[in-house]
Amino acid sequence: MNLFVVAAIAILISMALAVARTIAGPTIFDRILAVNMFGTKSVLLIAVFSFLSGRPDVLDIALLYSLLNWLGVLAALRMAERKEFYSTGADDSDSNGKSP
Amino acid sequence: MIDIIIDMVLLLFLTVMAFTILRLRDLLSMAMILGLYSLLMAGLFMVMDAPDVAFTEAAVGSGVATILMLVTLTLTRIRYEKKAAGLQWRPLIIVLLTGAALLYGIHDIPPVGDIEAPAQQHVADRYIAEARNETGVPNMVTAVLASYRGFDTLGEVVVIFTAGIGVMLLLGNGTRRYRG
Repeated sequence: MNLFVVAAIAILISMALAVARTIAGPTIFDRILAVNMFGTKSVLLIAVFSFLSGRPDVLDIALLYSLLNWLGVLAALRMAERKEFYSTGADDSDSNGKSP
Repeated sequence: MIDIIIDMVLLLFLTVMAFTILRLRDLLSMAMILGLYSLLMAGLFMVMDAPDVAFTEAAVGSGVATILMLVTLTLTRIRYEKKAAGLQWRPLIIVLLTGAALLYGIHDIPPVGDIEAPAQQHVADRYIAEARNETGVPNMVTAVLASYRGFDTLGEVVVIFTAGIGVMLLLGNGTRRYRG
């Protein structure tokens, strides 16, 4: 039990560091990386908390969070790189948006 | 004890993120941090032992809403928020009044888990006593949401489904042909 408490506090501290980078980060990529790291830490925090409170079935939520975190970061990176979601090329045939 | 610490730190992060969003001008960063805000909110719901609400908040707030905002940013091609000239008095007054009203409302809220609270007097006893026998669901919140309030949840699903169809029709323009 004590081990989980120490792990939770350590994760909270690293979350605080990620928040600090999110606030300070001069470029968009610093912020995206910090947001991604924060999401990963929240997944870890949920996992630790589920064992701490004796409900390991909450681990499903941690899995869902990791999936969603990946999705949002991927979307933001794609937008930061291409400046748009709907490229004009043919490599993008599954996006249901406007295309020429 | 550690529950309270986690709650307080997560709430502190929420406040810090809200002020960060206010301070930033880059809309992409704001959308990302807003998604993170929603993820944190879902974490708080999870600490309150409501995994279904946390699921919904994470899926809608952190997943769909973030993507929706990013798509909107690309469609409008606006990158930065315009800086307001000076202090905006009217929004500040509205926010302060709302916050004061909410703080005033806190006084009457019974503590978490109080069995004398009005919300616990109506049907909560039956849920606690019979939920596992009647529904077979181990988590009480899940039993109430998915079984006792099944029609309510069905209505929510219909609303979200309709909203999804509407967004797809709006964004799709009706010009693109489906290539099976």
